Amino acid sequence: MSDLRDLYQEVIFDHNRHPRNFGALANANRHAQGFNRLCGDRLTLHLKVQDGIIQDVRFEGSGCAISTASASLMTEALKGKTEAEANALFEGFHHMVTEGGETSVNLGKLAVLAGVSEFPARVKCATLAWHTMNAALHDHQDPVSTE
Amino acid sequence: MRDVSAWREQFPILKRKVHGKPLVYLDNAATTQKPQSVLQVERHYYEHLNANIHRGVHALSQEATDAFEGARDKVRQFLNAKHTEEIIFTRGATEAINLVAQSWGRSEVRAGDEILVSEMEHHANIVPWQMLCEATGATLKVIPIDERGGLVPGAVESLMGERTRLVAITQVSNALGTVNPLGDIIRLARAAGALVLVDGAQAVAHMPVDVTALDCDFYVFSGHKLYGPTGIGVLYGKRALLNKMPPWQGGGDMIAEVTFRKTTYNQLPYKFEAGTPHIAGAIGLGAAVDFVRSVGLEKIAEHEDHLLQQATRLAAQMEGMRLVGTMPGKASILSFVLEGVHPHDIGTILDSEGVAIRTGHHCAMPVMDHYCLPATARASFAMYNTTDEVEVLFEALHRVKEMFLI
Repeated sequence: MSDLRDLYQEVIFDHNRHPRNFGALANANRHAQGFNRLCGDRLTLHLKVQDGIIQDVRFEGSGCAISTASASLMTEALKGKTEAEANALFEGFHHMVTEGGETSVNLGKLAVLAGVSEFPARVKCATLAWHTMNAALHDHQDPVSTE
Repeated sequence: MRDVSAWREQFPILKRKVHGKPLVYLDNAATTQKPQSVLQVERHYYEHLNANIHRGVHALSQEATDAFEGARDKVRQFLNAKHTEEIIFTRGATEAINLVAQSWGRSEVRAGDEILVSEMEHHANIVPWQMLCEATGATLKVIPIDERGGLVPGAVESLMGERTRLVAITQVSNALGTVNPLGDIIRLARAAGALVLVDGAQAVAHMPVDVTALDCDFYVFSGHKLYGPTGIGVLYGKRALLNKMPPWQGGGDMIAEVTFRKTTYNQLPYKFEAGTPHIAGAIGLGAAVDFVRSVGLEKIAEHEDHLLQQATRLAAQMEGMRLVGTMPGKASILSFVLEGVHPHDIGTILDSEGVAIRTGHHCAMPVMDHYCLPATARASFAMYNTTDEVEVLFEALHRVKEMFLI
């Protein structure tokens, strides 16, 4: 296992303590729920999508530091993106935390979660928000789980 | 000082390192490590005795059968059951409970009957009864727990009625450490004409068990929580009850005679052991029982309680730490939450220090719901743990607090 600080970077603690875009979203037109019962991570994602562009996104729920920070960082990254760009980010992020190494997608600030790939037990925490976003964009009704 | 270092010597895995640190294994309520004698006896079986049992006329088959049946008698002595045929080998406690639910339950339980469980049960002692109730129209009733994690006083009396057919209760809670007052519960069940199944999965490694003195009808446990192999467990049942129960699984070994017109079943315990059993596992369990008896459960219990008291003292000194399950006379389980830190993060940080604990719902979601928690962290102690390891646990917890600035 690599150093714990590769996983728990300051940015992650910051987003865990002060999650961005946290709460309900008026006028949201896409919603989905994510739930990892084994860990107790639970989140609801609200998106406002217009003309194929994610105008706004917020989340609610509770979870570990990794899942909370991941959701918070994701909401920042998604604003203003097209659905196609969001899908590309999802693929890139997923590759980064599961396979490790370089991705062809520019992940920007999301790269602070790269350390997750060294902690296989925590991949499900980091990806919960993203799978929930995927379900929201594709209008899946059942709660998502990454366990 | 107790003989802990001599006990530890018996467990090869305790010498290994995790992430460059000495392993501090505190996930014993999930499964215990295995002593040399258990590892050796399994290896010896495969190297020298391996053959199918109860069939062959050849030497190996006879020797394997003797070893397998010898293990059964060791388990009988361990539980102080009256008869060897009252010991049924299963895959574990879960399968043993399912056996009772499906065999006894399907033949005896009717619509409107009631099965009583407690709020602190492991899912293994909830779901088989829910399935039985669904199939028969019986009702599952739940004995509530209080804030300390004990059964609400008087609740067993008030829930027990003339339709109560069975009380399925754990001896020790895996999520809270609570030790239940089985004597009282069994007396109340007797008075109501109900049977009692005791889930001993968390108890057998920590306290002497005497099913004859307890006078329970069924008792189940898993070998792997008793320093034995995985995949082997035990159902004890009173002979008269087991004799009346229909077989559960059909197959080889459980029959007396098979024709296409009619099949007659074998006698106890084979009636409930269809197919080739986990022979090596049963023999390994026998060795585990020998090991535990040679050390002495009273001695083990005293040592573990010493560790629990030390951990409880340190927990009280740690700001932001809350214990979940605070009944007096608990078994050696310390379930807790740290304010501001999710149990999963605690688990990862402790792991980086070589400390293995369990985080999550411990297969007892109703207990988590009771405390309105998504999960807890749980350290559970075994005979080979030391006071130094308890110190390491709390040093690592201080590291968690430092990292999370709480």
